Amino acid sequence: MKLDRRGFIQFSLGAGAGITLSPLPWKLTDDFSIWTQNWPWTPVPRTGEVTHVNTVSKHCGSGITLRKVGDRATKIEGRKGYPVNDGGISIQTAADLQLLYGPWRVPGPLRRVGKRGSGHWENISWEKAIGDVVQKLSDLRRKGKSHTVACILGSDRGTVPQLFSRFLKAYGSPNFIRTASCDDTYELAMSLMQGAAASVAYDLEHAKYILSFGCGLIEGWGSTVRVIKAHSIWRSGNLKERATLVQIEPRLSNTAAKADQWYPINPGTEGALALGLAHVIIKKSLYHTDFVENHTFGFEDWTDDSGRRHIGFKRLVLKKYSPNAVSRITGLSAKKIVRLATAFAKADRPIAVWGRGKGTTSGSLYECMAVHALNALVGNINKIGGVSTLPEVATETWPKVDQDHIARTGSGMPRIDGAGGSRYPFTRYLPERWPQIVNGHKACLIEALLVHEADPYYTTLDSAAVARAFDRIPFVVSFSTLMDETAYHADLILPNPHYLERWEDAPTPTGLQVPILGLVRPVVSPQFDTRHAGDVILTIAKRLGGVVGDAFPWEDYETVLKETIGDKWDTLEEAGYIEEADYTPPVWENAFATASGKFEFYITAFEQAGMKINKDLQCLPHYEPAQPEGNPATYPLILIPVELTRLANGAVGNPPFCMKTLEETELKKNDLFIEVNPKTAAKYRLSEGQDTMLETPRGKARVLVHLFEGIMPGVIAIPKGLGHTAYDDYLAGKGVNTNSLMGVTEDPISGLSATWGIRAKLTRV
Amino acid sequence: MSTTEEKEKTVAEGEQETAEHAAAPEQLEPVTWRFLIPIVLFGVGFVVSLFIGWVIFPKIIYCEKHQPIDFSHSVHQEAVDEGCESCHFFREDGSFSGIPKLENCAECHEEAMGENPEEAKLIEKYVEPGKEIPWLTYASQPDCVFFSHAAHIKMAELECAACHGRIGDSDHTRPYQCNILTGYSRDIWGWNIAGMGKNAWDWMKMDDSARMKMDRPARMKMDDCGDCHEKRGTSNACFVCHK
Repeated sequence: MKLDRRGFIQFSLGAGAGITLSPLPWKLTDDFSIWTQNWPWTPVPRTGEVTHVNTVSKHCGSGITLRKVGDRATKIEGRKGYPVNDGGISIQTAADLQLLYGPWRVPGPLRRVGKRGSGHWENISWEKAIGDVVQKLSDLRRKGKSHTVACILGSDRGTVPQLFSRFLKAYGSPNFIRTASCDDTYELAMSLMQGAAASVAYDLEHAKYILSFGCGLIEGWGSTVRVIKAHSIWRSGNLKERATLVQIEPRLSNTAAKADQWYPINPGTEGALALGLAHVIIKKSLYHTDFVENHTFGFEDWTDDSGRRHIGFKRLVLKKYSPNAVSRITGLSAKKIVRLATAFAKADRPIAVWGRGKGTTSGSLYECMAVHALNALVGNINKIGGVSTLPEVATETWPKVDQDHIARTGSGMPRIDGAGGSRYPFTRYLPERWPQIVNGHKACLIEALLVHEADPYYTTLDSAAVARAFDRIPFVVSFSTLMDETAYHADLILPNPHYLERWEDAPTPTGLQVPILGLVRPVVSPQFDTRHAGDVILTIAKRLGGVVGDAFPWEDYETVLKETIGDKWDTLEEAGYIEEADYTPPVWENAFATASGKFEFYITAFEQAGMKINKDLQCLPHYEPAQPEGNPATYPLILIPVELTRLANGAVGNPPFCMKTLEETELKKNDLFIEVNPKTAAKYRLSEGQDTMLETPRGKARVLVHLFEGIMPGVIAIPKGLGHTAYDDYLAGKGVNTNSLMGVTEDPISGLSATWGIRAKLTRV
Repeated sequence: MSTTEEKEKTVAEGEQETAEHAAAPEQLEPVTWRFLIPIVLFGVGFVVSLFIGWVIFPKIIYCEKHQPIDFSHSVHQEAVDEGCESCHFFREDGSFSGIPKLENCAECHEEAMGENPEEAKLIEKYVEPGKEIPWLTYASQPDCVFFSHAAHIKMAELECAACHGRIGDSDHTRPYQCNILTGYSRDIWGWNIAGMGKNAWDWMKMDDSARMKMDRPARMKMDDCGDCHEKRGTSNACFVCHK
């Protein structure tokens, strides 16, 4: 029988009725609805036992509580009651699990097989990887080239950096380098002015008038969460009780936007403004008479033992930094300078803080001293709501290193960066200077470079020079947990476990006024074939043998940690931290370990160290214009890098979650926006979203224009933390690394980088 | 051909056609079954689709998996003191442990206690290498559902069997029927493909003999949760289960 059209319809009607009366459509509808609400490709947390464990973030020094389901970490929260952050958490730490479990982890020891930077690796065993390092270091030591080995670390505090330092001492090299931060300058300033070999500490929580010289207080300056919480304290209470925040910065940053008063001044003139304020305070006799007269040196003119007359801070400031003179430099009216100085000096608990942005650049020593001199003038040194030096929780000292001839000779050689030499005797590290020196010599100055918890390939100024310097180093070893730029350009990677997988001590975070020792502990089982950098250094030392091996009597890193903490270990392990809450800074009579025994406006240490001092000005805080690199005729604009809370710009790349928080006026797909004042834009015929070429004497990059009235005319800005080449598509190739556009402007007295910007031009493309 | 001849031929053909027409009714037999064709076609379509919907579809939508180890609840029930909670316990924070971890099994089975090949498999494949057993969870609800065992067992005082049936009395693990679209167990929809059947908690009303005949629990769909909530006067608001 032939099935005609009519028959087919009749069959279909029957089939339709049958299907309707079967469970098929109803069941499928139900299944589809379940399927669409539970996309199988959407990751969901595992089910299992939920536990909470405490540790400390290595990123911001905050106490954290990790929520786990089984062994899987599912969330990082701020630890309540932890002295640094009390329940708060920084955005980068909150997103840290993405880095713990992300594909950017180095899965195990890797040896480069292709051209350096080509990304071709072979997996090797730990035995072979350590064997390679031992072989290389052993050869260099035997040839008397131990001083050509250098280590670059992100910190010099804590047991692991101290192990690296000790290793170099026993091995025979002076080249322990710490990456740049405002601590470089602050430590120097505190050492010279107060005689304290320590970093600065601020009692921000009790300050009532905060004068910030470009500090990104809510952008990540100091210990991120702690400062943001302090900001909340400043904002609490009624109008009489709440603190006043004054921000001095050429750009309307978040801190400036939140401040009570914002004074945009010409970039790089903060030191002049500080001295202008000092002028008004001194002229109006608003300074703290007791402190200045009894506990400072060099305020008034003075005569040395040889009868030579020296000018003091007071005369210098009164002579050179009148409000009108400073107004011409800074662009801020004289009236405002007088008003600001008067308000600062008359305020209850005033404090002046320094360090641009997040404090990731060194800066000018004289500028830092000028700002710190304001604190001395208002007498807030070691006072509640004032400034002191950063104390550490006392721990056990390690046995002395017995150096052999090679170690003594090697350690006694000049440092590769020139720090501590005759030119810069007080500077400990010059992290931005070594690439220039390496590139400037025909001989190979660094034969082996070990890098731990730092990414100098990415974070060092003048990326092109850094790349050339790396090319000249025959053997680069990275201990990086993540495949960052330095690891990517290394010959060997010996991956350190993520901080959630390892033991380590966490010294007092930068800027905190109370000694705290936190304990980083393994709260997640190791995800990859990693080995603790401390254990690796111990193994390398033992295999090198001789005095190098003898300098490390410990069995493993855990033993190092426990023996270093000593009697306090049980307390530390149980509580997760030790806080010396009852610590108070010494009284003024005992506070200063300078040659004069007082706070020194006039730095006597320079002459004592044999530095050539031609005039008194060199020993006093003063303003030295650090002209940005470039010819104003060719490069009419000034480019400043800015730091954002939501964008990590240090050794660890921004996690994916944080990348999503960037606004479309900061980064759009891979295109970076440059902030331009509408007046500047009109002058150069630029419009919003305009495709332009940004060019500086050091490099150029394609950027899009974003018109922003919050930046001064003539100044343009791009954020730091982008332009990565390592990691993967979520971060690599997005935007521009500001360091590739910046050069190094050397501070004349410290040798540190005083770079705050560079001349630039914008061309329409 | 002349015009007259054409006319004659035309007339002759016309007469022939008339004669054929007149004879046609006599040649056709009466076809009374023709009216059945639509019914038959409709019926065939109806039956085929019913067969597909009721018989073939259930076989396609569910695939069958087997548990990694043939576990006997009845043997273990005899060996423990606290019934189900000996292995499926509540943690100190009130959360439910669910399916035991390997460490629970290893407490007794670190070494073989008998000669059962399944126990040997447990030790060789999981206990010795320290690998978690990839149990298939019959009662696992979709991720959009929040379910608290504590609320049902501790507060509402329901028996485990109220939802899970008499799995505690089973000697073998039964095959896991996995929905190929959603990935969830057939236990959620229920073993009646029409989605009809007794609610799980109706087990409790059965006498033991009737209950023992049932080898698997009944359904655990949203309506079932809603029905029970309604009967017990518990809120049926969306956010109770969908957070």
